[in-house]
Amino acid sequence: MSITFDEIEVGTKLPKWSRKTSFAEWNRYAAVNEEFVPFHMDDEAGRRAGNEQGAFGMGNLRYAYIVNALHDWIGDEGRVQEVGCQYRAINQKDDVLTVVGEVTEKNVIDGRNVVRLDVNVVNSAGDPTCPGHAVVEL
Amino acid sequence: MKNPEVTYVTEEMKEARGVWGSSRTSYPITDTDIRRWAMATHYPERPPRVYWDNEYAKTTKYGGIIAPPDFNPFAWSLERPASMARGLSGARPDGKPLTGMNGGQTDTYGVPMRPGDVITARSRLIDWEEREGRLGHTLYVRTEIEWRNQRDELVKTRISIAIRY
Repeated sequence: MSITFDEIEVGTKLPKWSRKTSFAEWNRYAAVNEEFVPFHMDDEAGRRAGNEQGAFGMGNLRYAYIVNALHDWIGDEGRVQEVGCQYRAINQKDDVLTVVGEVTEKNVIDGRNVVRLDVNVVNSAGDPTCPGHAVVEL
Repeated sequence: MKNPEVTYVTEEMKEARGVWGSSRTSYPITDTDIRRWAMATHYPERPPRVYWDNEYAKTTKYGGIIAPPDFNPFAWSLERPASMARGLSGARPDGKPLTGMNGGQTDTYGVPMRPGDVITARSRLIDWEEREGRLGHTLYVRTEIEWRNQRDELVKTRISIAIRY
């Protein structure tokens, strides 16, 4: 069941949305986005790019996870209106990425129910990797 | 703080500021493109039905399958866009190459993309600023990308920041 506008308050948390990421997830994303960058696909190339642990994940996939978490929260009748983020840390292989978010504003604008959130993608160590914001309409 | 003695801003950037560049147009989006995108970004879970089940999608307010907002219709194009002219992303006065980083993006969505849609994209430099940062003299360039469908309806606006140092 997706949430309704009436159930949302400033401070309401986005339900946590997680994925373990490794080559299975990155290669699928590379295939649909035609994003075959060596440092996303090969440990040696990742090390050459400066990441000692090897290959690392795409920023675009983390962005997709934010969009997906929002969609799952508001349901098919809701609408993701805006998403912005900055990529501050690397997505390492086997990281469990969790999308987190908290409502910062709730307004009715021209009859539309609009909710603004702060969002982030947290890695297995609990470190935020991708601070941003989102606006959704319910 | 800005060092007035140093600038990475080029004459090409000043001329291009605010001017829309050439556009590119996607192949028509298919329901299979959308389903594969949704399966990849939701893997290993099953994606929402509105992205792949037309009978169900007809019962929603969209009246049919839509693409996820982050769907990229320009993947698997045969024609690659010409890479941005060198001068448009800044240059060091001494000619040494600049290092680039993605400083983030904000996407604002208009009408959803659907099977059969053809998307046209264009972009322009908005503005820039220079600061002395942790990485030395740094140039931040803001670019706007706009996507419209075959009915000239706005699909997406992206404001992105490129960091060059």
